[in-house]
Amino acid sequence: MRPLIGIAGKELKDYFVSPIAYIVISVFLLVTGWIFFTTFFLFNQADMRNFFNLLPMTFSFVIPAVTMRLFSEELSVGSLETLLTLPVRFSDVVMGKFVAAVLFTAAILAPTLAYPLAISLLGDLDWGPVAGGYAGALLLGAAFCAIGLLASALTRNQIIAFILGAVICFSLTVIDKMLFFFPDSLLGVIAYLGAGTHFENIAKGVIDSRDLLYFFSVTFIGLYAATLAMQER
Amino acid sequence: MIEVENLSKYYDGFCAVNRIDFSVQKGEIVGLLGPNGAGKTSTLRMLTGYLSPTSGNIRVKDYSIRDDALKIKHLMGYLPESAPLYRAMLVYDYLDFVARIRGLDEDKRKNRIRALSELCGLTEIMHFSIGELSRGLRQRVGLAHAMMSDPEILILDEPTSGLDPNQIVEIRDIIRRAAKEKTIILSTHILSEAEATCDRVIIIHRGKIVADDDTRTLSEISGLDQVVALALRHAPAEAAAERLRGIDGVLDVQETGKFDGETLELKVRCREGSDPREAIYKSVKETDWVLLELHQETQNLETIFRELTRED
Repeated sequence: MRPLIGIAGKELKDYFVSPIAYIVISVFLLVTGWIFFTTFFLFNQADMRNFFNLLPMTFSFVIPAVTMRLFSEELSVGSLETLLTLPVRFSDVVMGKFVAAVLFTAAILAPTLAYPLAISLLGDLDWGPVAGGYAGALLLGAAFCAIGLLASALTRNQIIAFILGAVICFSLTVIDKMLFFFPDSLLGVIAYLGAGTHFENIAKGVIDSRDLLYFFSVTFIGLYAATLAMQER
Repeated sequence: MIEVENLSKYYDGFCAVNRIDFSVQKGEIVGLLGPNGAGKTSTLRMLTGYLSPTSGNIRVKDYSIRDDALKIKHLMGYLPESAPLYRAMLVYDYLDFVARIRGLDEDKRKNRIRALSELCGLTEIMHFSIGELSRGLRQRVGLAHAMMSDPEILILDEPTSGLDPNQIVEIRDIIRRAAKEKTIILSTHILSEAEATCDRVIIIHRGKIVADDDTRTLSEISGLDQVVALALRHAPAEAAAERLRGIDGVLDVQETGKFDGETLELKVRCREGSDPREAIYKSVKETDWVLLELHQETQNLETIFRELTRED
């Protein structure tokens, strides 16, 4: 457990001592804030549905940017060798980095809590979907972090890691909106693969075990594959 | 302490390490010597559990690298080639991070970092980020990293490569100070390095061990004959060779150079264990030739190394 906490702490600190954290947080707030509030007053409804609807899309670009350096940088500098020859398990390394990425995702989301607070002053806000939305955002974030981590473990080039991660996350986000491309027999499976629907369910405040299972499986598969990719030498 | 059995490593069909066997006793300082690409780094990476062997096994104490890699890693400190450390981290933060992962307690951590920073001469640079440091300083941070948990075994991959002569001496001093009661394996392609620091030398060439012996024994019994080099002035080549061949203990005379038409350089191959220098001097004195140079060529590691790792 100790190595895991050590690695997570180190990675989290790395985010905040370099300018990456502040740039990513600013860009995220700018984009979501702008897209959300340009239409918010037109709908004249005191809810955050629009904000959460956009989240899978923004996350599929922001989170791979957060995770791209986690392994790629170590591979290109060679520091993975120093890290892995310390008494650590492969799983400690992957989990440590994953925990740091998820905590950082939470840090990105934290400033947006100002939105529901502001909205609740303007009208009667239903806090149920808001709480569900944030819970779903964390689950979605964790799943995307696992995918981003896998992409990062596959290459020593951070740009490739970012693009690969973003492509996978973006595909999962939009695949259930492109069902008309697929044959009927596959519809059920493909629809289940889409991250968007599962996230929307949770964001509505409906906690269904199928949706939870989806996010846990994606996270698990991503992390497991990342462990294998790193181990394979 | 360490047993390497029939160890091989292939990269996509390329054989980097080819069935090597050796063992290292507790307290020994062993130098792994070989030209670039001989398989030194691959061997060390397998020893430290970073690469998994294609075949064969490594045992450290009672643990096998295949089943108990984690336990072995607890016993070892490893400095990879050119010390790839986290460049963005401060030296203190990095050492603290390593101490945490090594499982040192809060108060123990501070003491250990202080002790190591004195041993490795890091006290002045604790607040620098690693990326700003010169190579020599970074290497010292790497040594501190390797010695964090005071491990029984230290493995150092080319600890002095790319350093200037002063830095080399510094690093060597640190290793020597740390060497008490530790088993050390270090790789190098600098021969004087191995001669200066190691008790034993293992020479690797193209993934195979070509020599494995005490540094001293290796220098003495090399299977090569003794060679005396001499330079003569005013000596006709034929006559000089004739005269020298007549001396007891001389096996062969070879002309190696001729300058200004009058200075002759010769190499005299002698029987093992014999030292005919005195006889050569007396013999030359009888003539009117001038003896400019006379010395025994020492069979240091350099010659042995070149002999063993020659590309044919």
